Amino acid sequence: MKPAPVIGADQIALLEKLCNAVAVSGDEGEVRSIVLEEIKPIADECHVDALGNVLAVRKARQPNALKVMLAGHMDEVGFMLVDESEGGLYSFEMVGGIDVRHLPGKPVLVGRSHTAGIIGARPIHLTTAEEREHTIPLDALRIDVGPEGKAKVGDRATFATRFKQVGPSLVGKALDNRLGVATIIELFKNAPENIEFQAAFTVQEEVGLRGAKVAGYAFNPDMAFVLDSTPAIDLPMWDDSENTQYNTKLDAGPAIYITDSSTLSDPRLIRHLAETGEACGIPFQFRQPGGGGTDAGSIHRVRAGVPSVSISVPGRYAHTAVLVSRLSDWQNTVSLMYEALARLTPLTAER
Amino acid sequence: MTEITPFLKKLMEMPGLSGYETPVSEAIAEVWRPLVDEIEISKIGSLHGLRRGTAPEPRPRILISCHMDAIGLMVTAVQDGLLRLTEVGGVDPRILPGQQVTVHGREDLPGVIVLPPDRLLPVESRGKPIDIGRLYVDVALSPAEVSEKVRPGDLVSFATTPVELPGGAISGHTLDNRASVAALTQCLQELQHVRHAWDVYAVASTQEEETLGGGFTSPFSIRPQIAVAVDVTFAKGPGVNDHRGYPLGKGPTLGYGPNVHPAVHKAIKELAEKLDIPFAVEVMPRHSGTDAYAMQIVAEGIPTMVIGIPLRYMHTPVEMVSLKDISRAGHLLAEFIARLEPDFVQQIRWDDEEKKGS
Repeated sequence: MKPAPVIGADQIALLEKLCNAVAVSGDEGEVRSIVLEEIKPIADECHVDALGNVLAVRKARQPNALKVMLAGHMDEVGFMLVDESEGGLYSFEMVGGIDVRHLPGKPVLVGRSHTAGIIGARPIHLTTAEEREHTIPLDALRIDVGPEGKAKVGDRATFATRFKQVGPSLVGKALDNRLGVATIIELFKNAPENIEFQAAFTVQEEVGLRGAKVAGYAFNPDMAFVLDSTPAIDLPMWDDSENTQYNTKLDAGPAIYITDSSTLSDPRLIRHLAETGEACGIPFQFRQPGGGGTDAGSIHRVRAGVPSVSISVPGRYAHTAVLVSRLSDWQNTVSLMYEALARLTPLTAER
Repeated sequence: MTEITPFLKKLMEMPGLSGYETPVSEAIAEVWRPLVDEIEISKIGSLHGLRRGTAPEPRPRILISCHMDAIGLMVTAVQDGLLRLTEVGGVDPRILPGQQVTVHGREDLPGVIVLPPDRLLPVESRGKPIDIGRLYVDVALSPAEVSEKVRPGDLVSFATTPVELPGGAISGHTLDNRASVAALTQCLQELQHVRHAWDVYAVASTQEEETLGGGFTSPFSIRPQIAVAVDVTFAKGPGVNDHRGYPLGKGPTLGYGPNVHPAVHKAIKELAEKLDIPFAVEVMPRHSGTDAYAMQIVAEGIPTMVIGIPLRYMHTPVEMVSLKDISRAGHLLAEFIARLEPDFVQQIRWDDEEKKGS
């Protein structure tokens, strides 16, 4: 068996390109183009479906192989311009879950041409102490593209953060879920021969796990692994008491989901991942059971049901302008998934 | 000749928080040096550039002050590899979550300001604005590395990249008040081609955002007959729709109120009208919020004036000004200086005053 792929300069360059691309839910074209460019040359089958999902297959090199779906969402949270007022000012609404407290004072990219825009705030000099006790509401904010800026109602926008590598970390917007996309691309390029590899690069995860539902139906897989990014809330409690609600921790390896608000992961797949990690000496962690959700929430309920599990690269500050993940956690995610896929047998799903 | 827009972008990206202006001061001095006859640093770090006039000694002096210091943050503690903060200058904590910053530790480190997730906060704080004392910076390094490279007192600058927007606008952090430094630089460039009677002291002042330190001290050593503060003012736009805001891109403002000598105001206003330079009169019922507030009461008192450059989103990392307004402010200053007669001092008087020297 070949060793697991190594994340090097090429893989990081691809992640950078993916993170800097803009693909707000429903308008995933820019990321889709990058994905197609990477996988089309090596796919046995590849097409874009009615919602915009990229569905690609690499056939097994042996008979009676399991059909294994790997899904990762291409879309990111952002904004849509909803109203225009004079002088390049636009009201906007959220696409996906963003805390309004993260909006004031941010540069953004608007529309497919990445037009520069900013979200400002009233100068502190003109605010009252009483006013500063309240969050600045969304309807007081505007995206400002400059006095003669070109944008239009319906354009998407997102934070203008540029990707960078900092020490042990990967820093950028939309690491949720370009890390998952980049992981699947890397695994697809190094697909183990024992399985039929069904890659689904999905749309509209952030607005209701919608792309994954039809992708799961189309593939009709024997099992599904969902690759995503999950919050690492490994930060101090306000009163310095022990933080027992960290969800996941950075530097502790890929996070295996046991349950979230939309899925009970298949116990056989959880066990398979954990046993693979232990056998190969790859660190992993169990995500604390709790809220949140991934494409698995849709996939496990399509047709007569699909055994599913999610595995995420932990990341701090999900759904904000700047996310922080660790390169080591990404590498271990790729390694664990690769080894787990290579070890899959029809028995895995029967135990 | 230095192109103003690239120079302004460079200034915006230079660190130089209040009290620590040296990096930006050096960048300004480099450009001013060929434009002035003498250049020096004051005892508290303000940059003084002198262009000599042509009038016989003792020559009258005009001081143009633009503060070069920036607002920002400072590290108060290092905890589990994360940095606790306080502010330098006036910062609304509600604009901080998710901001990219540069931590000036033993080396410059990129970082991001973190709003603690609600589950880590007391119940009553969830979903509310969070005090600066509960925010922190993550520099994406291991706690051991952070302890080695950062300590309390280290400065933290905003790190938004300057961006030009259609319609001649520019956005980024610290346009307050590097936009005015750019305007003064343009003024000095225009004066290269002009004979002027008065001595011109171009001042990039320090500590305006905290103490007006530069505003008090530079006029004391220079003792000008007129002192003009050039600073940014509020532009109309989201969050500013009343009389306190002036239109963006429609010209500088000319301050009027107790902090401004009416004779100087009148002279500049009449000149702007004559030259067809668009402007708005900015009424300032009390404090002008500029170096002029200090300069006016230095020594035996100095006739002052305030010129404003309208700016949106003041004290956020995405301030916005119109490049045209910078250029108009610089041009108006140069024209005013060029036209100053040696005896203009006599005209700086009160309406109800006996004509001086008569």
